[in-house]
Amino acid sequence: MSEVLLEIRDLKKHFPVRGGISRIGGGAVRAVDGVSLEVRAGETLGIVGESGCGKSTLGRSILRLIDPTSGVVNFSGRNILKLNRSQMRAIRREMQIVFQDPYASLNPRYTIFQTLSEPLEVHGLFDASERKHRVYAILERVGLDPSYASRYPHEFSGGQRQRIGIARALILQPKLMVLDEPVAALDVSVQSQVINLLEDLQDEYQLTYIFIAHDLSVVKHISDRVLVMYLGKMAELASADELFANPLHPYTQALLSAVPVPNPDVRRERQILQGDLPSPANPPPGCVFHTRCPIAEDVCRREIPEWREVKPAHFTACHLVKGGTP
Amino acid sequence: MISESLLVDEISSGAVHGERPKFMRRFLSSGLTRLGVGMLLFLALFSFVGPLVYRHSAVASHLLNTAASPSRQFPLGTDSAGHNVLAQLMVGGQSSLEVGFAAAAVAMLFGTLYGMLSGMAWSWLDAVMMRIVDILLSIPAIFILLFLNVVFQPSILIMVFVLASTAWLSVSRLVRAETLSIKNQVYVEAAHAVGAGTWRIMLRYLLPNFLGIVLVSATFQVADAILAMAGLSFLGLGLPPPTPNWGAMLSDGMNYMFQNSWWLIYPPGICILVAEVSINLIGDGLRNALETRER
Repeated sequence: MSEVLLEIRDLKKHFPVRGGISRIGGGAVRAVDGVSLEVRAGETLGIVGESGCGKSTLGRSILRLIDPTSGVVNFSGRNILKLNRSQMRAIRREMQIVFQDPYASLNPRYTIFQTLSEPLEVHGLFDASERKHRVYAILERVGLDPSYASRYPHEFSGGQRQRIGIARALILQPKLMVLDEPVAALDVSVQSQVINLLEDLQDEYQLTYIFIAHDLSVVKHISDRVLVMYLGKMAELASADELFANPLHPYTQALLSAVPVPNPDVRRERQILQGDLPSPANPPPGCVFHTRCPIAEDVCRREIPEWREVKPAHFTACHLVKGGTP
Repeated sequence: MISESLLVDEISSGAVHGERPKFMRRFLSSGLTRLGVGMLLFLALFSFVGPLVYRHSAVASHLLNTAASPSRQFPLGTDSAGHNVLAQLMVGGQSSLEVGFAAAAVAMLFGTLYGMLSGMAWSWLDAVMMRIVDILLSIPAIFILLFLNVVFQPSILIMVFVLASTAWLSVSRLVRAETLSIKNQVYVEAAHAVGAGTWRIMLRYLLPNFLGIVLVSATFQVADAILAMAGLSFLGLGLPPPTPNWGAMLSDGMNYMFQNSWWLIYPPGICILVAEVSINLIGDGLRNALETRER
């Protein structure tokens, strides 16, 4: 096993809810509520969950694009939440992000060249001619013609723009890349091209990925391990093969049963969850999933389930899953 | 089939690739905008080049010809003190246009800086800065202008700052609103992620993205400033004599309205009107040209 690149301990992000003029009182939206995990160098950790479960907030908190409320984020052995402004800027070279919406993530007033050379300029890397050289090289690497460098974002398609977004993240040669639903806004045919590009780049540059998505088939394809989140909390974590073959948490089971199967003859038992996602400003007591869980018992309504390793390298937070050490 | 091949032709010829008419072309495509530009050019030529052609003093008193109606010697007549109205109109245009544009420029500069800082600042500082703007906006502008003109002896330079003192308020509000909306765009977050600092984001991300809107607003500020200065002069608190200006000429002319001396009222009135209309037309044209920008 390779070294641990990123370690998160009890990370929380609560957005205060302000009521009217007086800023006193009002609750907090618990977008991320106590997440702890490790990411090893070179692996791909998939994070899945429905909209509003806090997966994007988690991704942004890891990069400190959002300041978490509490917790620890150790990156290469340093707690980045304790770094000051200039230290933080320096470490941003090593951790980058690709955003979901390729139409919103590029400055419309910048040419592609400006967008791509800006990271190098900001960090004072190389002289002008070397920067130019690197921008052209990275464009070529992500599959775009270097002659496009003088164009503006609106002249490109969604897939091309996403390649530019990937190039912007890649040009600093980071160790960690957070991919925040990088293909969700793209056509299916373009999705697979971008996924293949991401996989090639990972091999080539030994990148570590945190891949946030709600498309389970994509996550299964690209991830080594998968974390399932529900309402800001971790529900289940296991290797991708294990999780998809043998889901233990009832929420994971429901999620997986919703994946379409490309064979019309297969009849499956589909679990359809009742009700909506509860408000993260006022999460249910006990297990946050008990309001929609098909097998919830009394204990689920009273006690918060512990995060435990029920099988080797297979973690879950559910009272009703047997096995392992409580 | 035909449409498909046409499309392919279009793509290969590069016509599809984001070709849009250049800004000036879009700007001048409207007849009304061209009219506005033409009228403003005419006024500028009239005020700044006119005195070089029509060489008559604006301040000399022709005491034998006071309140004379238009004649060959005085094409627009003279006022009660025997000043040549046409010469006054030309020189008066200079101060009106200079002060109008300068006041709008100062207001735009300061309002942009203030609004951008407010939008980027911590929320409590933002609240304080915007309440200051609210308070100043709640006082009638004419009161502030009159007060400042009474306190300071207005010269052209002081007039510029007096007019800018109220004009920057709306610019700062506009800029703050734009700042708040742009700073939450994903591409600004992306700039944070690559390590760009606050100043870089303000200068390279915010400013270019709202500059167009601010320019449109600044255009209307020019018209407002010219009108405000005419108003102040009309009330007798504008630029001191002997510097002629349109508002003061109008004010003087009003005293003789019942003697049927139309040449004292219509020329400055029409000049103010032409300036207002032309600048507003240009502002509308700018706005239309900017609205169709790429997105």
